[in-house]
Amino acid sequence: MTRRFMFDGQPVAFEDGQTIMEAARAAGHFIPYLCWHPDFPPHGSCKLCIVKVGGRHVSSCALPAKEGMEVESNTPEINAERRALLQMLFVEGNHFCPSCEKSGNCQLQALAYELEMTSARFNHIFPDRPVDASHPDMLLEFNRCIFCELCVRASRDVDKKSVFSLTNRGIHKHLVVSAESGRLGDTDFSRDDLAANICPVGVILRKRVGFAVPIGQRIYDEKPISQVSMEAEK
Amino acid sequence: MPGIERCVSEIVTRHGADPSQLLQILIQVQDVIGYLPADCLSLIAEALDLPRARVEGVAGFYSFLHSRPVGRYRILFSDNITDRMLGAPALMQALCSKLWVEPGKLSEDGLVSITTTSCTGMCDQGPAALINGRPVTRLDHRRINEIAELVRQQVPVSAWPAAFFNVEDNIRRRDALLASTAAPGDALRAAIRVGREGWLTEMERSRLRGRGGAGFTTAVKWKACRDADGADKVIVCNADEGEPGTFKDRVLLASHADLVFEGMTLAAWATGAQKGFMYLRGEYRYLLEHLQAVLERRRAAGLLGAGIRGQAGFDFDIDIHLGAGAYVCGEETALLESLEGKRGTPRIRPPFPVTHGYLGRPTVVNNVETLAKTTLVALEGGEAFAATGTAQSTGTKLLSVSGDCAYPGIYEYPFGVSIERVLEDCGASDAQAVQAGGASGVLIAGYEFHRRVAFEDVPTAGAFMVFDSGRDAFEIARNFVDFFAHESCGFCTPCRVGTSLLKGYMDKLASGHGAKPDLADIEWVTRLLKNASHCGLGSSAPNPVIDTLVKFRPTFERRLESLHFEPAFDLDAALATARRITGRDDAAAHLDRKKETQR
Repeated sequence: MTRRFMFDGQPVAFEDGQTIMEAARAAGHFIPYLCWHPDFPPHGSCKLCIVKVGGRHVSSCALPAKEGMEVESNTPEINAERRALLQMLFVEGNHFCPSCEKSGNCQLQALAYELEMTSARFNHIFPDRPVDASHPDMLLEFNRCIFCELCVRASRDVDKKSVFSLTNRGIHKHLVVSAESGRLGDTDFSRDDLAANICPVGVILRKRVGFAVPIGQRIYDEKPISQVSMEAEK
Repeated sequence: MPGIERCVSEIVTRHGADPSQLLQILIQVQDVIGYLPADCLSLIAEALDLPRARVEGVAGFYSFLHSRPVGRYRILFSDNITDRMLGAPALMQALCSKLWVEPGKLSEDGLVSITTTSCTGMCDQGPAALINGRPVTRLDHRRINEIAELVRQQVPVSAWPAAFFNVEDNIRRRDALLASTAAPGDALRAAIRVGREGWLTEMERSRLRGRGGAGFTTAVKWKACRDADGADKVIVCNADEGEPGTFKDRVLLASHADLVFEGMTLAAWATGAQKGFMYLRGEYRYLLEHLQAVLERRRAAGLLGAGIRGQAGFDFDIDIHLGAGAYVCGEETALLESLEGKRGTPRIRPPFPVTHGYLGRPTVVNNVETLAKTTLVALEGGEAFAATGTAQSTGTKLLSVSGDCAYPGIYEYPFGVSIERVLEDCGASDAQAVQAGGASGVLIAGYEFHRRVAFEDVPTAGAFMVFDSGRDAFEIARNFVDFFAHESCGFCTPCRVGTSLLKGYMDKLASGHGAKPDLADIEWVTRLLKNASHCGLGSSAPNPVIDTLVKFRPTFERRLESLHFEPAFDLDAALATARRITGRDDAAAHLDRKKETQR
């Protein structure tokens, strides 16, 4: 017999070991996320995928589904909290969408549209994060980092290079590369690495291909992220 | 450089080139070199066959590890609210001006650096500081003058007057635990007599709950670990007592270490674990030598090692790992990460440590006091232990009493003691509030002093900070907000950004630029912290603000400049640099905000 839980009032079937996120997606329900990726184990840092289960907030990417759970996701309350988390991500970095090469292909920007974020609300922190252009093919624009660690994980677990890591902590946490000089050009990073092609925002960029597709015709310009993300599921 | 190479290679070899020893290796290399320069991190990475970025990531996480040179005299003033109330900020300022150095900066001759650090656990004898890692207590202007002179004369810290480093136990009230006269091994003998199963049954009967704050039933943890798959189980003693205002573990480790190690061995008897770790906070490093001597003595007495107390198959030993200034490592999964030589980032749960803990092995993590209490269960039996305390909180609790009272120190009471009673005993005649459980705990206002210390009423990990009527509740909350912003590991969005945003709002209110909408924003951020954080640090970080807003709201409202929006950006303050450069401070060099808005 298939086991089920309730997701926003609708029954969702799940298999043993599936998380709420996996089961909900398989049943066609979109849950916002930034650090989650179908090819990697759950990370649980962005907290965009929070849902309410039995009155408690949990990360749907990490919590295994259980029979009879009542999950609230697409509610005004949870979406307001998700919007505030996005606002936090916007004010802690330096995000200038109109001049960003990733505009229209950026998951942070797309989610902000999806969740109807109209202002940053909080005070901007304006951190000082210099750009690293030392690599012949790639550029690191740290100002846009949201600490999803997808590049860290991809480089470590798939590329087997461990080019990236996070150092320091709290609001001073930041990305570093595996070189004594601190420069990407002094690592064995390559444009063909998975880590070079996995950034959901505009930190890891290819040189010399700026604005090849005009803004307005990009992935999330055409369709909202809730639709694009679920197409991958099919 | 060859010297550094030899030093790194010696230290790495001493740790068996084991990557899980990375934090211990970094601490020891820094002891020799003074800081951790970039080339040194490369050498360590190479010697351990680790990616360099991983080593840099770990080195950057801990407050007591430095990537840039620090002074030969490194002076860290404890920045808990109790230290501040005893005048620490003025003392630090005085020392800085005497030694011609700015706070947080290295003096030009590389001689001295002075800054603040999170609570060092000396609240009963503050203001306190750590000087080259050693605690100095009872600072006053006279002692500051002497320290300035010793630094100027470049007298090595080891040759400073011993009285500076005197740490008192200040035990004011003894009950079951602190009055225990058990000899080392007595509790083990009693537990061995009833067998492993019988011992766990006694623990179940005792209904002992964890003393670290969460209050999880100890026997349930032990049983889950015992029943978990995997033969190589681990017992960890959480001696990372970082909660501001808490210092009871310091006293247990200093004067009752046998009880703590015996408790760890009792846990091993119940679970079948053979490996034990004590994770000792860096601030308590001065206790390391003493603790190692106790371990050595216990090994010699057959209370650790193979065949403990003559029981074939009862093998257990304990290693001590040092922390390096990270409060979050008191969270048990962050502690395990740190123990494995990584950044102290809390893990996703489930799985829980009892099934997947240290290096994926079934692991029990217990607080220092919890482990010490298990010796009482072994000696008296579970039922006798459960006879004191309350229905849901059995036994006694050590309270670390500090702040505005005549007799700060350690008080042991049966659970259920009222706040009033503690205040009376410690000589606090004018208390307006008590912070129970430290920064992450609850602020108890005067009208609640009838409430009782117990998991079912006022839970506390042990801190009990008293504030008299002259204190400003806003400043107390602000101190704790600073603390959490400093100690957030930065893993999850709400805590990383939320703690810093809160700090921004509190600073704005403190500078007199607050407006009513700021209070609404504060409430919104605290709600996100509570609901969406990854671990207990984030979800309890807003507690002091929530409590003060509810119970002492006027201290916030008093600071509001208007009921309408006030920008956080202060235009006039932004001109300060221009004024300094031009040497001007006349009226025309200032923006008159009233005039601006009338225009």
